Formats: sequence, structure tokens, C-alpha cells
Amino acid sequence: MGKIEWAMWANEQALASGLILLTGGIVGVAGQFRNWQFAAYGIAAGIFICLLEYPRGCKANGKGQERPYQYCLTVCVKAFGPLTRNYYIRALLHAVLCVPGAFILCTVLGCVCLAIASIIYLLAAIRGEQWLPIFPRAEPREKPGESIKEPPQNPPPRPPAEMRRKRAEDMEGAAYTNPMPVMSNEY
Amino acid sequence: MGNWIINHGLSAFILIVWMGINIFLFVYYYLLYNTDESFFYTRHILSAALPWARAPAAVLNFNCMLILLPVCRNLLSLIRGSFMCCGRSLRKSLDKNITFHKCVAYMIALMTAVHTIAHLLNLEWFNNSRDGEYDTLSTTLSDLEDSENETYLNPIRSTSTTPTYVAFTTIAGLTGVVITLALILMITSSMEVIRRSYFEVFWYTHHLFIVFFVGLVFHGAGRIVRHLDTTDPPHNISFCKDQPLNWGNIPECPIPQFEGGFPQTWKWVLGPMILYLCERVLRFIRYMQPVMYRKIVMRPSKVLELQLVKNGFKMEVGQYVFLNCPAVSQLEWHPFTLTSAPEEDFFSVHIRSMGDWTANLISVLEKLPEGSQGPKMAVDGPFGTASEDVFDYEVSMLIGCGIGVTPFASILKSIWYKFKESNPNLRTRKIYFYWLCRETHAFEWFADLLQVLEKEMTEREMRHFLTYNLYLTGWDSSHAAHVTVHFDKDTDVITGLKQKTHYGRPNWDKVFEQICNENPSSTVGTFLCGPEELAKRLERKCVEYSDVDPRKTRFYFNKENF
Repeated sequence: MGKIEWAMWANEQALASGLILLTGGIVGVAGQFRNWQFAAYGIAAGIFICLLEYPRGCKANGKGQERPYQYCLTVCVKAFGPLTRNYYIRALLHAVLCVPGAFILCTVLGCVCLAIASIIYLLAAIRGEQWLPIFPRAEPREKPGESIKEPPQNPPPRPPAEMRRKRAEDMEGAAYTNPMPVMSNEY
Repeated sequence: MGNWIINHGLSAFILIVWMGINIFLFVYYYLLYNTDESFFYTRHILSAALPWARAPAAVLNFNCMLILLPVCRNLLSLIRGSFMCCGRSLRKSLDKNITFHKCVAYMIALMTAVHTIAHLLNLEWFNNSRDGEYDTLSTTLSDLEDSENETYLNPIRSTSTTPTYVAFTTIAGLTGVVITLALILMITSSMEVIRRSYFEVFWYTHHLFIVFFVGLVFHGAGRIVRHLDTTDPPHNISFCKDQPLNWGNIPECPIPQFEGGFPQTWKWVLGPMILYLCERVLRFIRYMQPVMYRKIVMRPSKVLELQLVKNGFKMEVGQYVFLNCPAVSQLEWHPFTLTSAPEEDFFSVHIRSMGDWTANLISVLEKLPEGSQGPKMAVDGPFGTASEDVFDYEVSMLIGCGIGVTPFASILKSIWYKFKESNPNLRTRKIYFYWLCRETHAFEWFADLLQVLEKEMTEREMRHFLTYNLYLTGWDSSHAAHVTVHFDKDTDVITGLKQKTHYGRPNWDKVFEQICNENPSSTVGTFLCGPEELAKRLERKCVEYSDVDPRKTRFYFNKENF
């Protein structure tokens, strides 16, 4: 919990816009609408945006919630360095990508959603946020077990051997019984 | 299987009924628009896209009606109260209101997608038909004018326009785009990641629902879905469809007249909108009622205790209130569990510094001079949760994690008072209390309470009534060393209580077995206030150790959630 990080919301919005743009594009191409070429652009742009936005970045405190199977895309997106890290560039990219969507009805919704995502990214960039990749932890944290199921490593603490030995004056009080009679060594 | 029915049966039933109604509405309206004669000509232009647009519309009407209801918390509290007589299963289902709200929201999103896609096709085909790209019948239908003795079928009147232009200049199109946009923004800001970390973004964006509902009510006002109207003499469709150019010239085929369907949505959503408005008005009235500070205590580990007094405030155990402090934030209401018992003449909350609002509140109150009144505080509530049921079970298992122990503070205090008064409402014979905590210094304010209870119980020789087990999950070797040195002392080194602190997490199998053995033929209510992971595990254990046979032990699981 902490201050609002606009980039997190911008990322959700952009991913949703990518999906909407893609869906609108598919409808336009499948229905062979007038100016269907814009719909085809919508499909291409939608896929590109989904791939770019799918890997979630981590929050300022270093923690982040990964989306399932995002590791490969995280590596790809990270490889572009400052182009993907900087949110000004992302805001500009989304603003440019959304424009051709405004020409036919199927992609208009995707266009407007993407424009909103671009504005939120701009807000994030002004506040100095950056995209930092989430990489899985090197080793899993040791969890305390449900109950202590492992066998003990050491024998239980006992008084020294001298005290443990059976004494002649106190045969009944000893902690063990001998299976065979024991005699002292007499040579 | 039987165990699953006991614990989840009613919720599953409600979901099945809801899904059943959705499917029925979809299929009924699909068939209506697909086969009804009055839509024959409309279908000629639009083919299957017409029923594919109208069927989700019906489902959307139903779900938009439902979506406001689970969030009317005062209404739900009222229903819970009036069902005090009727079985605990029904009251438990009302706890899952937010889950139901989400299910309905997903259905709205899905149906919106189908509806929008169908209308994209509709607009494109209407436009093409108007431009004369289809057969003669289609062109003739589209040519019908909007004048004195002619009514139109095709809502696109111009021959030189685009679907985009039409969408933004008709009521239905414009409202449709606006409300879909509002819906998308609401959904993206309600994702778990955003909601848990940046609650304010979620809360403010979610108020776009006002735009959504206003747009929704006006969405059908343009009446652009048109059907054949009866004329005198009647227009014989099966005869006339093959000779559109003769319409108006032969007696069997007068020029067909069309009219638009009357808007339906307002009939579905008006009731819930009014209920929700009442809910918000009630919250506002509660906001205006004065609240006095009786005591403000800063506890260790950044926990703030507030003791407040309000006229006419009545509570039950384990309930929660919403607090609003205009000095910190004008519009935000945050929920907090009540930690006082109903028998006391004040109510208290323990607030931990977790986010912006709580941190700001604590810093405002820290700066106050001794003994003065705090800033204006508004209180909405109290609202009931599962804890009210604790005394109905013969045996209760209470599990609190960290600060999640707060509802149980209220319960334990109430037990103490009820015992002193020998209150006959107390059906409980035995309570098992488990507190899981990471750090020692979070124990203090609660340890005081437990010490008092321990003393009381020893005096009245009722030590078997309450069994409490404290689990310190964040121990390390220095703790262990400290404990080994002092292990033969009578009281616990950390808490000063007679029952020793356990280290590590509880072994739930052993715990459940022990309770089964000690209470062979009882109904055991399990109450948890803690993380989701633990809730799932406990729910599984409850199902595992429950017996369908009513003569043996049965576990019912209840979870608090905020």
C-alpha cells in the first residue's frame, strides 16, 4: 500500500485496449467491412500492444505480481532497454498507434481506450515512474513446516555417561534393564 | 460430496438459479427476434446479427438490475437481521455479496462484448443496404422514408454516411460508446492488483457507474430497432416479400409501416437505482450525526485505539463500521471492525497504519494536545458479518491472524460480560481461540484482555470454557533460546499468560482431530479473519472433518472479508 502508481493502472488499461482493438479488428476483417484495411491494422496493432503490455512491471518497492507465463515476454521487453523502460516513449507510442483506429467504427472503442491509456502513462512518466522487470526469486524462501516432520538431527540431551550407568546401590531406579546378566570383569 | 453440500450448497444453488435465468433470457429473446414475423423485414437486412444483439441486451437488463443490489450494505444488513430466525446457511450466503457482484460484473462485460460486436455488424449492414449494395427488397426497405404516410425501417437515413458518423450522432450509438467506455474503465481499475494497492483509484473510478446507468436508461430512447406495425389492410409478408417494387400498387401489399420498440431498460433498473440512492442518502444522514471521542490511545506497533460515543448506536459482536474523517479525506469511507462489546456504553476500533488514509489519520491524531476532542468523524454502520453467529454454535473455533484478531476481541469481551450476567442467549459451551501472529510486540493490547479473562475464569472455576492457543509464527533462534532458559516458569515469558505460546504454525489436522474428539456430537462453527490462503486450507479441513451424519461433529466455515 502506498502512493498511487499510475503505471499499474495504465498497464491494465493498455492491455484491455489491445484486446479490444484486436477484437474490433477481427470483426472488421471477418465481416469484410468497408475500409477493412483499418481493421487489419487493428489486429496487428492489438497483438503488438498485448505483447508489449502483458509483462507487468514491479512497483517502486520492488515487489510485483506477475501475470502467468510472463517470463519470456519480460525478457523480450527488457531487451529494448530505455525504449520500453521510459513511460514518455510508451505514452507517445500508444498515442500514435491509436490514431488509425479512429477511422472505422469497429476499432473506435479500442482507439479511445488506448488514448486514455496513453494519457495515464503520460501522468506516470511525469511522476517519474519507470518500467522495471520482475524476475523470479533465485531460490524459494524457506517456509517453516506445518509441523516438525523431519526426524531430529541430534539425540535428546542426556546427562553424561557416568551418571547414566546403573549403580549398584540403586538397581531399581535405573533407566534401563539388562537383557543378560552383567558381571564385572574379573580376571 | 455430502460435506461439500453442507458448506457450499446454498451458494451453488443461487449461482445455478442465476445462470439458469441468464440462459433462459438469452435463448427466449434470441428465438423471439429470430422467428417473430414482425421482424421479418428487419432480419432481411440484418440476418442473424439482430437476435445476436437483442438476446445479450435482455441478459444485460437483468444483470444491470442485479449489480446494484449486493452493494447496498444497509439493505443487506436489514435482510440479515430479519432472517435471524431462519437458518444460518442463508445468512452465510449474504457474506458472499461482493463475490456475487463480481460474477454479475463479468456477465455484464461478456454480454456487452457480444452486444457491441453484433451492433457493429448491424450498423455496417444497415449502411450497405442504404447504399443499395444488397438485393432489391433490401434497397426498397431501406428507401422507406421518415415522412407523413411512410415510416422507415433503416435508421440510417443518409446515403453518404459512415457507420462511425451514425454511431456518434444517434442516441443509442453515442450512449453505447460512452457507457462501454465507462464499463471498461471501471473494470480495469477494479483488477485485484489496483484494488489492493491503490484503493482510491478503484473507488473514485468506480463512481463512473453513475454515467453507466444514466447512459443505459437513455440507450433505447432512439427506438432504432424497428418492427412491422399492423396496417389496415394488413401487409401480407409471405406474398409481398418477392415483389417489393409493387408495394402500394396492389391490395395485398400496402406500404409496410414500422415502429420502434419502446425502451425497456428503465423498467429493470429503476427499482435498484432508487434502492441504491436510498442507501447513499442513509450513509449521508449517518455522516451528519455527531460522534464524540471518549478516548484516543496510541498503542505500540502503530495501532490506534479510538473509543467513540454516538447517540442511538447499537451494535452486535464482531460487526464493523465505516469511518470517514473529512480532515483526512472528504469522500473516503473505510471499514473497521468494532473491538468493543455491545454491553459497553461506547464503541471502539483499533486502527493499524496500513495505507494513506490510516497513516494520515494517525499523524493528525498524534498532533492533538492531551484530552482534546479529535477531528470530526462520521460513522456508518454497524454492519453485520459472520461473527454474530458465534453464540449460536455449541462449539466455536475462532482463528485470527495478526490484526485479524480484532472481531474476536469484541466476542471475547462480550463473553466476559454475558458470563457475569449469566445471559441465557449464550448457547455456546466451549470456545477454542487461535491467534497467529508474526511479532511479539503486536500482542500487547490483546494480551491485557486475555489476562483479565483468564483471571475472571479462574475465579469462577470456568477454565474449560475458553481454550486459547497463541502461535508465534515469526520466531528465531534467540526466541528459542530465551524460551528454553525459562521453560519451567508458570506463565508464558512473552505474554505473561498461563497458557504457553506455541512457536511456528498450527498443525491443523491435529487441531481438528482434537476438537472432534473432545466434542463428538456437536456443530462446530469455524470463524477466520485472516489471509485467503489460510481460508482455503481451513475450508478444506472443515469439509474433510465434517460428517454428513447430524449425530457426529460437523464443521461450518465462516470467513470475514473486507
